[in-house]
Amino acid sequence: MKFSKTVFLAISSIKSNKMRSFLTMLGIIIGVAAVIILVSIMDGVTGQVSDVFEGLGMNNITVSITSRGSTRYVEPDSLYQLIDENQELYAYCSPKVTTAANIKSPYSSDSAYGTVTGVDETYDEIDGLATQQGRFLQYVDIDKLLKVCVVGTYYEKEYYGTGKALGETIKINGELYTIVGVLEEKSDSSEGSSDQCIYIPYTNASKISWNSSINTYVVSMKDAEQMTMAKSVLEAKLTEILGSSNYYQIIATQEILDEMNSIMNTLKGALVLIAGISLLVGGIGIMNIMLVSVTERTKEIGIRKSLGAKKKHIKQQFVIEAGTISGFGGVIGILLGGVAAYFIGRLMDMTVVPSITAIVISFSVSVGIGVIFGFLPAKNAANLNPIDALRFE
Amino acid sequence: MAESTKNKPLVEFQDIYKIYAMGDAEVRALDGVSFSVYDGEFVAIIGQSGSGKSTCMNIIGCLDVPTTGTYLLKGTDVSKLTDDEQAEIRNKTLGFIFQQYNLLPKLDVLENVELPLLYKGLDDKEQKERAMAALRRVGIEDKWHHKPSQLSGGQQQRASIARALAGSPSVILADEPTGALDSKTSNEVLEFLIELNEQGNTIILITHDNSIAARAKRVIRLQDGKIVYDGDAMGDEIIKSTVLLKRKEEAKG
Repeated sequence: MKFSKTVFLAISSIKSNKMRSFLTMLGIIIGVAAVIILVSIMDGVTGQVSDVFEGLGMNNITVSITSRGSTRYVEPDSLYQLIDENQELYAYCSPKVTTAANIKSPYSSDSAYGTVTGVDETYDEIDGLATQQGRFLQYVDIDKLLKVCVVGTYYEKEYYGTGKALGETIKINGELYTIVGVLEEKSDSSEGSSDQCIYIPYTNASKISWNSSINTYVVSMKDAEQMTMAKSVLEAKLTEILGSSNYYQIIATQEILDEMNSIMNTLKGALVLIAGISLLVGGIGIMNIMLVSVTERTKEIGIRKSLGAKKKHIKQQFVIEAGTISGFGGVIGILLGGVAAYFIGRLMDMTVVPSITAIVISFSVSVGIGVIFGFLPAKNAANLNPIDALRFE
Repeated sequence: MAESTKNKPLVEFQDIYKIYAMGDAEVRALDGVSFSVYDGEFVAIIGQSGSGKSTCMNIIGCLDVPTTGTYLLKGTDVSKLTDDEQAEIRNKTLGFIFQQYNLLPKLDVLENVELPLLYKGLDDKEQKERAMAALRRVGIEDKWHHKPSQLSGGQQQRASIARALAGSPSVILADEPTGALDSKTSNEVLEFLIELNEQGNTIILITHDNSIAARAKRVIRLQDGKIVYDGDAMGDEIIKSTVLLKRKEEAKG
């Protein structure tokens, strides 16, 4: 029996029983759509999370010194020296002093608390910052503790109006700072977004934070591939300075991202498994309807057998029919899932694109389910006794 | 016994019994039946319902096997074959014509006629050519694209005859082929079977109708699973009286 002919026959038998075929397919449709939607959304979320991390700089290692109150501390110069000595491993290094401060516009009596970050002149390279107006911090600003700052677009928009911040002043904990640069917009300039930021020389930030020593450094690697090496050289240096590996922590962005991805993948797997259960239920639905179909078509089977159809011919016919029904269900499910994923993505404001892999896998799985669950009914049909089948009315 | 046109019989029943267990009692559908059918014969197997003629036809058609005894089809002992080998022998040597035509309603006439050729494993082109040739022989080639439900009873039976002919079988097995047709169409179908026989096809016809059996060259009458008559159609008393009665009625007009 030719394959294409059998598929054609299967399609005509599906068409002749539209309602029943649709209901049979429904389990597969829902299962496949659920898999597509879940995989697409999980991919979207993972992509979004990755974007955030990539924004942090994939090549960065964050050093946190935890030896508070101890007599040992890490001087910026000792790390600068390490970077200089290992230029094949590291690109830049900057202290990072994050502190809350009272921030006030010169044009308003209102003040608000905000985060002020103290860094050195290389931090723009480390964190991928770019100024749309003015400049970033310079060595002299840090060295001379100049009261200058670089602000994000939130402050520009909020306090001065777009394009009017450069050269203005801003009050940080009561001290006047001159705005020497405005950063490019990173998100949407809204409150709480990454555009609500102020960078000042770390030397000034240390003073604001009432902390004489610097507890956080960000080191950027030349190449993320060398992460293990870069970490161990850094660890050796820090242990040497602090006397113990207990007094510091170092975390590479890449590691966090990997960790996050692995959590996301586990979650995705679990969700797909749950959606897969409905595929299984769909398969059982197909088996059920195929068993009914075999009974209904006993006479047909008898006629075919009397004309010389062998067991394999009959088996093939019913297996292909089951596979075709579930394959159709799979295609409808993919379309439905794709459309649903697209709209959910728009609703959640993220890029949700059904992956080719998800489509190919869910289509093959649905056809496979049809074939597997069609096998038992097909075997029953093939084993019918030709005389009994012919007499069946 | 009828004259043999060849030395070896096509169909040979050797002391065949078919026994069904009905609770404690046993029913002997065939009770020691022996006969042979040779190439080119036109045999009618006649009997009342319960005489065993259907069982007989099932065994000839390789749809059933005897309880004891040997059935040789073209010299092959069918009862020793597997299901699939029986299917193959049905496909190659037998052509069925049923009372209810047994055409598949979802397929068109051509596709129905192609079925035995499909199972024979012929390619598409040859299937189509041979099926069309068979439809031409029965005179409904213009109806090839119709569904069986769009045809009259006589045309449907012609389609089923075409299906039986398509595979060029050694034996055409007709089970009450006119049972569902009016007398005029019955006559046409019978004439056609006679014509096929004259062209050299071996035909075995199963019927309960004496006037139909009268058209065959040879009659085998079954009663309670036993052969009570085997010979020339007009040699059978019942058939003879039926035919004479009919002629008388026609003469009266």
